[in-house]
Amino acid sequence: MAEVSMQNISKSFGDQVALEGVNMTIPDGSFVVLLGPTGAGKTTTLRMISGLDKPDSGQILINGQDAASQSPAQRNMAMVFQQYSLYPHLSVRQNLAFPLKSPMLRTPADEISRKVAEVAEVLQISHKLDNKATELSGGEMQRVSIGRALVRNPQIYLMDEPLSSLDAKLRSDLRIELKRIQASLGATMLYVTHDQIEAMTMATHVGVLDHGKLVQFASPREIYENPVSIYAASRLGSPKINILPADSFPGAPAGATQIGLRPEHIGIGEGQTTQITRVEHLGDQTRLHLKLDDLDMITLTDAHTTLSRGDTLKIAPISPLYFDASGDRIQ
Amino acid sequence: MAQIIIKNLRKDFGEFTAVKSSSFTIEDGEFFMLLGPSGCGKTTTLRMIAGLELPTSGEIYIDGEEVSQKRASHRDIAFVFQMFALYPHLNVRQNISYPLKSQGMPKAQLKAKVAEVAQILGIEDILSKPVGGLSGGDRQRVALGRAIVRDPKAFLMDEPLGALDAEFRERMSEELRALHDRMGATTVYVTHDQLEAMQMGDKIVVMNHGSVEQFGVPQQIYDWPATMFVADFIGSPPMNFLEIHGTLAKGDNQVALSGQVMDIPAQLQEASGDLVFGVRPEHVSLVENSEYKGEVMAIEYLGTTQIITLDTLNGVIKARISASQAVEVGQNVGLAFNPKTITIFDKSSGTALLSEANKGVLDHG
Repeated sequence: MAEVSMQNISKSFGDQVALEGVNMTIPDGSFVVLLGPTGAGKTTTLRMISGLDKPDSGQILINGQDAASQSPAQRNMAMVFQQYSLYPHLSVRQNLAFPLKSPMLRTPADEISRKVAEVAEVLQISHKLDNKATELSGGEMQRVSIGRALVRNPQIYLMDEPLSSLDAKLRSDLRIELKRIQASLGATMLYVTHDQIEAMTMATHVGVLDHGKLVQFASPREIYENPVSIYAASRLGSPKINILPADSFPGAPAGATQIGLRPEHIGIGEGQTTQITRVEHLGDQTRLHLKLDDLDMITLTDAHTTLSRGDTLKIAPISPLYFDASGDRIQ
Repeated sequence: MAQIIIKNLRKDFGEFTAVKSSSFTIEDGEFFMLLGPSGCGKTTTLRMIAGLELPTSGEIYIDGEEVSQKRASHRDIAFVFQMFALYPHLNVRQNISYPLKSQGMPKAQLKAKVAEVAQILGIEDILSKPVGGLSGGDRQRVALGRAIVRDPKAFLMDEPLGALDAEFRERMSEELRALHDRMGATTVYVTHDQLEAMQMGDKIVVMNHGSVEQFGVPQQIYDWPATMFVADFIGSPPMNFLEIHGTLAKGDNQVALSGQVMDIPAQLQEASGDLVFGVRPEHVSLVENSEYKGEVMAIEYLGTTQIITLDTLNGVIKARISASQAVEVGQNVGLAFNPKTITIFDKSSGTALLSEANKGVLDHG
């Protein structure tokens, strides 16, 4: 496994700036998740590292060596795309074994069958090993394509939204499995998603991208508790952080124009008077939709609350985050 | 607007029974969810209410009138599909007014009605635009407008948000619910997404293999599931099932889990053999003074809370605890289960045993 480092990488497609001066080091053995909406530069970053695209400027170092002259194959990376591509005429077993049969690897036959069986078990497709790839459901095909990456021992795994086409139950099983496999192999992983749950639950480091710029690179907990901007704060957490004018509550520091309150950071009982506009019982907790004057906000309360629509509620911030006019955090 | 009563409804397609003897009541003005996995019969049920399928047997009452064999056009209800079909060559105003025009409504009245609907949906400023260039959200609003404008007795919706991405879906679901709160129209909504059902519904029917598993208020179904299917289908992560073998007598309020005695609600039914101890993840806590142990297999940080996967003597379970509680993979921890929330199931039938705690919910079906 390897450490991969991007140094001052920029890339444009015509007038469109895809990446701008990105510096990021993916430590050996880390699970890095790139998070951002469509067009933020996540997939471009992945393609730069894989060698499928070349940067306009900047360097990519793999284990300290400049990778510019290396082809994608020489870089020895395993990629999983959102759109699976399997060999339709081969069985699941043959599809999984294929990367190991490469003449460059010369893997012994018993090693191949052991690895294939192991990966199939992890991905819950053991019972389909002898099926043709075309006889599988979409979710099964995607698991086979993840499996084809996992049987190898590459420098780094690159995954582009590999779970987005799977159903919720399978997604939550595979989140834990991918994380477990990565940790037990000590593998380096770069993973692209716009699903914040995947980012929070799997990542050792999250890279938050905004219009081609890396705005924060830290652990999920650090970004959640200590975001650098409104943009970064809004990437993690469901329901989203409430962003209100800073003077909605007393105590804003100089220069603060907006206050950020995570739903759980709203104290109930004292402070400003709000109106409850909606009560959502989610089972394990209840979401309260509040109106403070004309401002909408959401807070969380006990599952069995007796509060209902139309009730009033006094609230006050608990450890609020403050931001300036450009959305940057004021410490 | 209307009350809808479903009585012993059944639908066979040849050999296959899509819906077996369903019964439930949708009260006037309710936002009512038909929830279940694909193939459970929820869409077939909705299509029978709409009149798009005729039931094999059973009755459907809309506002007291039996309509099960009536044509869709005679039921006065509006159907909103997952893929909202608009007339591409018409503008927004023409799309919305179409159903009224075909009814022959006078022009002035039609104009006033469209204006009213546009205001409800907040789309006054796009009325003259062609539908071709609209965003997904606006297209959906126009499709809704076309349903609303007719003032139907009820709205039927088949996964109207199914095709949208997560963030947008959340916004539209809030908008739909807010719209319902303003109009108070009876709405029957099909979904396979349990969170959507919990979030939006006044009542939920949970279906599986063509049968109604449970019917009631979302929080009550969550707290006191009638079957293991419901306990597993609702909640994320779902309810934990710890398998036990033993005998319970009436009045018992304790059960042994691998030798450790756990308090449970007083039981009202006797049972013996393979039983299941059901506990929701947020009612599992990591404590020091418990002899019942689990090994931490995985930790999933979620900001406010974290999900801990634990290996116990009775199988793998999940706990939802505060994100501030320190815990490490590999650690051996003591576990406690909130005794007031426990449901015991009979494993072979999958049904919940009655207790002092759940009888209020399960006795009325």
